[in-house]
Amino acid sequence: MTTNTLTSAARMQASAGARPLWNPYLAGVLLGAVLLLTYLVTGRGLGATAGFAAFATWLTGLASPEQVQASVVHAKYWNEGAPLLNWTLFLLFGAFIGAALSGWQGRRLAWSVERGPRVTDSQRLALAFIGGFIAAYGAKIAKGCTSGQALTGSSMLNAGSLIFLAAVFVAGFGLAHLVRKEWT
Amino acid sequence: MTTFPLTASIDFTLAAELATALVLGAGFGFALERAGFGSARKLTAVFYLRDMAVVKVMFSGVVTTLAGLWLFATAGLLDLTELYVEPTNVLAQAIGGLLFGAGFLVGGYCPGTSIAAMATGRKDGLVFALGMLAGVWAYAEFTPGLDTWYRETAAGEITLPALTGIGMGWWVLLFIAALLAGARGLSWVERRFGDARPQP
Repeated sequence: MTTNTLTSAARMQASAGARPLWNPYLAGVLLGAVLLLTYLVTGRGLGATAGFAAFATWLTGLASPEQVQASVVHAKYWNEGAPLLNWTLFLLFGAFIGAALSGWQGRRLAWSVERGPRVTDSQRLALAFIGGFIAAYGAKIAKGCTSGQALTGSSMLNAGSLIFLAAVFVAGFGLAHLVRKEWT
Repeated sequence: MTTFPLTASIDFTLAAELATALVLGAGFGFALERAGFGSARKLTAVFYLRDMAVVKVMFSGVVTTLAGLWLFATAGLLDLTELYVEPTNVLAQAIGGLLFGAGFLVGGYCPGTSIAAMATGRKDGLVFALGMLAGVWAYAEFTPGLDTWYRETAAGEITLPALTGIGMGWWVLLFIAALLAGARGLSWVERRFGDARPQP
């Protein structure tokens, strides 16, 4: 199996004292095992977007509960006044802890801004916000993201999920040249 | 009744459900960070054919779960009909997927990986997550009708076995074969396009 020892990212990590990443196929098997366990226990797969939606509804509710009732989407996450008691949101809390643990053990914790060499931190952060906004809209329209649709749905051979997966890669590859200054 | 899923036969309290989410989430986040997916550069490198980890991880993940589900079902331990399947809406998944892909490329993360990024100190992960919050809020505020549209135009639960008549077991074999064949192809791509230019 290939390792990423030839990539610049790996070399950079080695020089910074970070421990090597796992072989991606192994990491994928672990991810798949977690997803399998999730299905076996809960009858549902993983997700992520709903956690953000629940949090956003909670924030909206702090400002104005009436506004929450005015939208069927907000109402969906309102959960009778307890939007934070959302399964996916707790999954994300757990993910934060798990990733932090992994990062700590792997000596990959560092305040940083990930970007290519031809953009500034500020430019990158602006693009991060815009990208997050667009990705959120895409996920809401598609009823899922890489976790909920691409990974979870595909493992159940859900046709819609496979369509989503394909569309994500079409867009990513299709626009890569246009956005190259951000990453290369 | 089959043993799995557990929720079909056991009544979980809310606290137990949320605790379960926390624990499973920890495994999820751990796996993502182990793969290096807390890094926007690693994630977007796939679109420049430099580092195909995203494909490798997703593909082997899907195959693992798919094979596992099939094994448990075939052993009579799991009732597949109890598992949640999001109804298919071709237009929604196609358009949503394209938008999502654009956001992923420009933003550098997806919702789950932005959490891993935040947890490991990436400020751009935090800002992506803020963008996500703004996006889901805007969707709820300005275009909530899209939810209704989705429901009304969805085609129902459509899985490949149901669509093609080809059983899940055969799909498991096909996916495994594709993964093995794909692994060689991915290695070739990385050797061909993998870049040794150092990045800050």
